[in-house]
Amino acid sequence: MVLAVLVLGVVQSVILLQFDWFGEAAATEAAPIDTMMDVTVVISSFIFAIVCVALGYALIKWRAKPGDESDGLPIHGNTKLEIIWTIIPVIIVLGLGGYSWAVLDDIEKTDENALHVNAYAQQFAWTFGYPEDGNKWSEGVLHVPVNRQVIFDLQAQDVIHSFWVPEWRIKKDAVPGLATDAVVTPDKEGTYQLVCAELCGIGHTTMRAYVIVESEEKYEAWLSKQTTEVPTSLLKTKDEYLEAEAKEQEESGGIEGSGVVEE
Amino acid sequence: MAAAIRQPGWYRGAIGLVLGAAFGFGLVIALRAISGLDLFQTEQTGYPHVVVPLITAPFGFLFGFGAFDYWFRWAAGKPTIPEDHSGHGAYSWKDYFKFNTDHKVIGTQYVVTTLFFFLIGGLLALLMRAELAQPGAQIVAASTFNGLFSTHAVVMIFLFIIPVFAGLANYVLPLMIGAPDMAFPRLNALSFWLLPIAGLIFIGSFLAPGGAFDAGWTGYAPLSTGAPLGQSFFNIGVQFAGASSIATALNFLVTIITMRAPGMNLWRMPLLVWANLSTSLLVVGATPFVAGAQFMVFFDRILGMNFFNFLEGGDVISYQHIFWFYSHPAVYIMMLPGFGIISEIISTHARKPVFGYRLMALALIGIVVLSYSVWAHHMFVAGMFSWLRVPIMITTLLIAVPTGIKVFSWLGTLFYGKIHTYSTAMLFALAFIITFTVGGISGVMLGMIPIDIHVSDTYFVVAHIHFVLFGGSVFTIFAGIYHWFPKMTGRMYDERLGRIHFWGTVIGTWLAFVPMHWIGMDGMPRRVADYATQYGDWNLLISVSAFALGAVQLVFLYNMIVSWRFGPKAGNNPWRANSIEWQVTSPPPVFNFDEIPRVVGGPYEYGTPGARHAIMGGEDEGAEVPETKPSTVTAPS
Ligand code: HEM
Ligand SMILES: [Cu+2]
Ligand SMILES: [Cu+2]
Repeated sequence: MVLAVLVLGVVQSVILLQFDWFGEAAATEAAPIDTMMDVTVVISSFIFAIVCVALGYALIKWRAKPGDESDGLPIHGNTKLEIIWTIIPVIIVLGLGGYSWAVLDDIEKTDENALHVNAYAQQFAWTFGYPEDGNKWSEGVLHVPVNRQVIFDLQAQDVIHSFWVPEWRIKKDAVPGLATDAVVTPDKEGTYQLVCAELCGIGHTTMRAYVIVESEEKYEAWLSKQTTEVPTSLLKTKDEYLEAEAKEQEESGGIEGSGVVEE
Repeated sequence: MAAAIRQPGWYRGAIGLVLGAAFGFGLVIALRAISGLDLFQTEQTGYPHVVVPLITAPFGFLFGFGAFDYWFRWAAGKPTIPEDHSGHGAYSWKDYFKFNTDHKVIGTQYVVTTLFFFLIGGLLALLMRAELAQPGAQIVAASTFNGLFSTHAVVMIFLFIIPVFAGLANYVLPLMIGAPDMAFPRLNALSFWLLPIAGLIFIGSFLAPGGAFDAGWTGYAPLSTGAPLGQSFFNIGVQFAGASSIATALNFLVTIITMRAPGMNLWRMPLLVWANLSTSLLVVGATPFVAGAQFMVFFDRILGMNFFNFLEGGDVISYQHIFWFYSHPAVYIMMLPGFGIISEIISTHARKPVFGYRLMALALIGIVVLSYSVWAHHMFVAGMFSWLRVPIMITTLLIAVPTGIKVFSWLGTLFYGKIHTYSTAMLFALAFIITFTVGGISGVMLGMIPIDIHVSDTYFVVAHIHFVLFGGSVFTIFAGIYHWFPKMTGRMYDERLGRIHFWGTVIGTWLAFVPMHWIGMDGMPRRVADYATQYGDWNLLISVSAFALGAVQLVFLYNMIVSWRFGPKAGNNPWRANSIEWQVTSPPPVFNFDEIPRVVGGPYEYGTPGARHAIMGGEDEGAEVPETKPSTVTAPS
């Protein structure tokens, strides 16, 4: 039986490791996560093999002959076995937990000279602000330089959205009234898709944006050509938002009956 | 006619319904008129003249139908008949459509009603799969699609899986512990009748302007606080379904704690009873949280409160904390009763005591305790306090340990047994072990934060949900229905059709839900009506398998309906089981036992000559039966 478990476990692991589960990787954060998945797949293969082999073995060995009305052996348990299958899983999951913690720390380390980009999510579009370069604004297309850490400060205008580029492996919700961020270090040039991963209404399915990862020079060149600035309505914090709203109303002479601004 | 109107029943119920609706409507209009407001407020989150009647009309119906007659008479000091058993037993099919207080009738009502909602939920799923079979928009608009997956999930969770377990346990649990009925029969009947009301409210939301509620079964704020009228139907429907759950759970708790037959100490309770004890502890502790969360959303919508409005000091993410504080325990509410069913079936059909019985019971309690400490694993990417993530990850991973104990102990039960596989119930129980293991493994992966960051909110989660809920809960439900069908109906189902249903269901489940893992990991988000063309082939396979899976359920329905009417007589104990429900006739007499049985040993003493679980009334009274000690025998190797 042990042999069967080993054989099945190895065979499963070998087969399953042939696949590139998470698809193309394009950020330095991806490698540790992908390795972690492979490790988990191998451990899972053996656990699944134990269950399958035990079940199959029991069915072959102790299946009752038709008409056999006798009972099985009156075994009520086995304290040693029960302790083993409590303790070993505890060790396995604590190991996986420690490993996850280490990887989590690793992928969330921030760099001092990271580039900050604001990602604004609203039903049903993404726009991006570059606060380090005159708060320039890009609609629907995100440009980032390759091999430099980017910290995306996420801001939702209406409901919850979620920032996810599958090739980067990183996902984080953009929550109204809350500052959240996602840390990514793209390491492969190319064009990717930014997917909204949190249900946000009718247009959720199509709430995508292009992501262009390019060399530092190309990125600078692109940025210098941008002229529009982030509109005030997209401003960052709640206070800034309220302030901007009040200012807009003041400029337009106040909204009738709103009572916010006197004539 | 006049007499019919005075009697509790459908006529009076219909009148109550109309009066209740009129009262709610009138109240709203009158209050608005007094306050000098427009009589009708039809902003999408408003419609008080619709949502208030939605609350009052069901109560009107219940008053009319007779749900409160006894209590009111009693509260008013009028004469009541404490031993009035007119609401007990079913003598014709009509008795199933009454406010019946017999736990066996109620159990049957539950199972049949929930299977009906299973069909509806399934049809909604197939509509989605039809849309998703190919990339691009085909059948339904994006807005309708969001309504479809929301109602599908809500119907399946609140109207099928949670209540069908309550129904099965309603039928067999009092029999198993040697009780004549549940502790509170009238509360039991009320719990049942709240359920179709919740169902009609959920389904009725399709008629609301703006369509059915479409913020997902999770109904996250602020999407839900600003959604069209249908969302209010969800908020209200959850209250009725939740009240039904809580009342049933209280009933189970009191029944299990106080009504066990003499001699049935805790360590002689069948594991199904342990499982329902644990589930009920989860229900009474956790369900108030989902009710509260939905009330808060409802008040935000209707009364302009600002619980979740960040511009007015509300906190968006607190909705998720409250919601998952119920909804993680809820996933175990949907699984623990199934664990109990599997233990009963495997032990009976392997002719062996459950391996490590006490650890099995303790594992259930361990899951209950841990369940309350893992809710935030649904929020690893939600932007909550980052320090909370690692502690929650550890508790989440630890919950796999008691779950693993259960799986290993079932396997241990099979070893050195005499395994009979002639019963479809046993087939489903065995298949459950394998499929549920896959769901448990994907659960552990999701619990590991770095992996979850990538696969959260993708089809991988959809695959996990369906492996644990379809491959897990639904398999145990099928197993349970097949197992107790002969007891409930007195007739045997057709094992040949059962096998067709079994193989179709197992293969369909794997083909439909395995590929979802792959496309999810590769980048397909969940809750979308359309997807990148590269996922087209897998989705086609998923859709075809889903339709096959749906079609094979018709075999099950046919088998159940025809066998109920025409099946061969089953006899009292077709599976040669030890527990008490099998020692009475099939179906059992109205009050279950002429004389309460006396419990003298564990429930699973297969293989010990002369060992007994219970001595039924009327049997050789005086004869002393040797006490069987739960012994720990080492397996001969
Ligand atoms: C080994 C035990 C389990 C573990 C460690 C586990 C872990 C998880 C985790 C971490 C998630 C969140 C995924 C995400 O949204 O990113 C999840 C989702 C879910 N799990 Fe489990 N799970 C386990 C067993 C179960 C069981 C037994 C059930 C139900 C019978 C269940 C039902 C669900 C459902 C319904 C969701 C999705 C909720 C939603 O977002 O709509 N899980 N699970
Ligand atoms: Cu979205
Ligand atoms: Cu959970």
